[in-house]
Parts: sequence; structure tokens; C-alpha cells
Amino acid sequence: MTHYWFALWGIVFRELFRFVKQKERFLSALVRPLVWLFVFAAGFRAALGIAIIPPYDTYILYEVYITPGLIGMIQLFNGMQSSLSMVYDREMGSMRILLVSPLPRWFLLTSKLLAGVFVSILQVYVFLAIAWFYDIQPPIEGYLWILPALTLTGLMLGALGLLLSAFIKQLENFAGVMNFVIFPMFFMSTALYPLWKLQESSEILYTIAKYNPFTQAVEFLRFALYAQFNQEAGLYTVLAFTLFLIIAIIGYNPSKGMMKRKGR
Amino acid sequence: MNELALDINQLNFSYGKKQVLHDLSFNIEVGQCTFLLGPNGAGKSTLFSLITRLYDQEKNSIKLSGIDIKVEPLKALAQLGVVFQQTTLDLDLSVKQNLFYHAALQGLSRKSARTAIQKQLEQLNMYERKDELVRQLNGGHRRRVEIARALMHQPKLLLLDEPTVGLDIASRESIITHVHKLSDETGLAVLWATHLMDEVLEKDKVIVIHQGRVQAEGTSSELMQITQRESLSEAFFTLTQKQGE
Repeated sequence: MTHYWFALWGIVFRELFRFVKQKERFLSALVRPLVWLFVFAAGFRAALGIAIIPPYDTYILYEVYITPGLIGMIQLFNGMQSSLSMVYDREMGSMRILLVSPLPRWFLLTSKLLAGVFVSILQVYVFLAIAWFYDIQPPIEGYLWILPALTLTGLMLGALGLLLSAFIKQLENFAGVMNFVIFPMFFMSTALYPLWKLQESSEILYTIAKYNPFTQAVEFLRFALYAQFNQEAGLYTVLAFTLFLIIAIIGYNPSKGMMKRKGR
Repeated sequence: MNELALDINQLNFSYGKKQVLHDLSFNIEVGQCTFLLGPNGAGKSTLFSLITRLYDQEKNSIKLSGIDIKVEPLKALAQLGVVFQQTTLDLDLSVKQNLFYHAALQGLSRKSARTAIQKQLEQLNMYERKDELVRQLNGGHRRRVEIARALMHQPKLLLLDEPTVGLDIASRESIITHVHKLSDETGLAVLWATHLMDEVLEKDKVIVIHQGRVQAEGTSSELMQITQRESLSEAFFTLTQKQGE
């Protein structure tokens, strides 16, 4: 059991060291949501009025509404970034060192996933700290409630990235998938506008957004940030995580998955 | 016969319909340094991927120290140290951080890892560079770090996939000497894939594979005798041209 524990810490520390060393990555991970918060949200404040919807108990500013969406965005990008680095690692060969270690593959991949989630949680807390000074001040207990929620949503989005990395052969192909995954997932969700607003414009968009796992993740985070539990969104996120992880592990299995087919 | 560190018995492998390994069989005894020679596309890298379980074999054809890799993969992999053809170090981390990462994956405690890192790096004259970023090291030094890493958990079999490609003569010499010394002194078995015949010493075993089949095996003098050639290079060309013609 200690072997598993050492390995998990090894993988988490490696991810953390890499993240700290790559200052540009840290900066861009932070600047992206802040630009949305300071520029986009400020610009659209008047255009997009938000009615009183749970978990909020009063009228809120648009900046407050999109904060959970931007937290989701941090984790979405981080999940994709981790899987991008896995495709890179596979092309460059360093993935082999991980996969030939004497531990089950599911454990190695899950540890890699947890390491990515840990990094994304650090990014989120730095973002929330800056947002505090911009008057986005959820209840103090919300900062604690959101921790398990972030772990779950981070795992789900990371597992999605892992799944993509298992089935993508080259780095170049990954850029295309990023565009086809990140942007549709983000824009067809409740990150920027509530579901009822979408329903007013398009029934199809509304349905897609409703079943988009990213929507459920954002809603789970939104409620957690206000110290509330959204059971439906939580369950949906757990299910999506399980499904994505199982497919990713199959994808990385030497006998069943893409590893064999691709001959990598 | 001595104890076997690697036993490969009728190994077959295909990429889809294309069969790349055909009934491949050979073994390596404990303490034996074995060179795997073969032209590009002979199946060397596929063989390495199968031994390291990056690919799954079709039947139970590979045993590491008597352990069937398909039946007990984790126990078998623990016997193995690997240096891949491409560098697999993290360039943004220091030498020490890279080695600690590997130690964690192998289940070494922090204390054992520290001892193992010092021992392996000192043997390769790299200990004083432990805090440098890998990115700052030259190719030869990176290779030494990779060899140190592959030996940290005291494997029974060391796999080296063209470890000296692109290195200067001094770096090559130092790696060749170090690996042979380890093999002699500690009983480490070595499987070394290469295209560079001058890395082979007289006592080493040589296996020539071509088009996924073992063409010949023995010491370099034995191969020269079989083919009636004057050098190992000539013997190799003779053995690998037969079927290609």
C-alpha cells in the first residue's frame, strides 16, 4: 500500500514542480478568466440582466453570475492542458516511464488525473482571492464547500481530457479537438447565461446545454460556492466522471485500447 | 544452465494484419550482457515494447526472472530497468527531482531514494550535478542520468534501446564500461539494442534479428565463424542480407 502512496505523491509533486517552473502557464491560466471577469462581464453587465435564481437570494451582478462559470473554465482548460501534456509526453517518450512502472495502469492514470486536479484547485483559489477584491464575495463557508466540488468537477473534466489524449495520435490533431471540445462545451453551458435565457432563444441549444456535463459541473460549483448542495448536478458529474474515466482506462490498456492499434 | 533473467519463447506480434515478430525465442542468463543487432524495422523496438508491457503479447511468451509478464505483470515489471531510445527525462526538472519521481513510482521511500540516488549518480560521476536542470545537461550526461535512474530500484534486467546514439566517443566509452562492469560485478543481465558493433565485447552474447526472426545468436567470434567473415559487421550484413535478397 505504501508503494501506491509514494507513487501518488511522486506524481502530484512532479505536476506541481512543473507547474511552478512553467510561470507562463500559471500566468495564462490566471489571466484568461480574469480578462473574462474584468472585461467581458463588465461590458455585458447591462446587456444581460439576471433574474433571481437559486442559489442566489437576491439580484446579482453579471460578474457574480459568471464567476462559477469561470472557475469551470479554469478547470476545463487545465483538464485539457494536462491531457495535452500527456499527448506530448507520449510523443516525447516520457509517458513510457510512467507506464512501465510496476503499478496498475488505472492507478497511474487516476494519480495523474488527481495531480492535475490539485493544480487546478490552486489556480481556482488564487482566482477567487483576486475576485474577492473585485467585490465577488461569496459566504466564507462557500470557500470550504467548493473544495470537494472542485475535486469532483476537476476529476470529471480531467477524465475527459485523459479520454481525448488516449484516442489522439498526434499533438497537431489535439489542437483541433481543443476547438471542438473546449469552445462548444463552454459556450453551450450555463457558464455565461442561465438555462432559461438560452431557452428563450433556442429550444435545441437549451437541450444541449442542459445535458452538457460542463453545465452540470458549473451548476454544482455555483451551488457549492454559496454553501449549498445541488444533488442533481453532483450525481450527473459523478456519472460523467465514471464514464469518461472507464473509457480513458480502456483507451490506455495495452491489450484493448488505442495503445495497441497505434503501435505507440 | 544458469538462472534466466529473460526468457522469450515463441513470441509473435502483429500490427493489424502485418506480422512483425515470428516465433521469436531467446534467453538471457543472469550476469550476461546481450546485444541485440538488427536493421531498422527488424522488430527491436516492438520487442522492447512487449518486454516493458507497453504492448500486450498474444500468448504467455515472456518471463522476467521466471515471472510470466502476462500473469504477474507488476511483479515482473519490478525486475526491469529501462533506458529508452528517446530521452524520457523531464527537462524542466532537476536531475534529483527526476530521480525522486522515478523512485516514487518504484515504491522507494524518501530515505531509500536518497541513498539510491547518491549511489547511482556517484558511480556515473554525476552526483555533483544533481541539482542542475536536465535541460542544462549535454546528451551524454542526460544518458548517464537515465542509466542511473534505470538502476535505482536494483532491477535484475536492464534494457537499453540504442542508448549511445548521438553521443561523443568519451561518453559512449564511459557508458559501455559502466554497464559491463555492473554486469560483471552485480550479476545484472543486460539486453542492449544497437547498430554500433564496436560496443560489443568478445565475451558478450549477440542476437541478430531480421524481419522479426532470430537469424543467429552466439558470441561475436561464433557469428563470424558461422558466416565465415572477418568482422562482426560483415557477419551481421551477411546474416541480414540472406532473406532481404
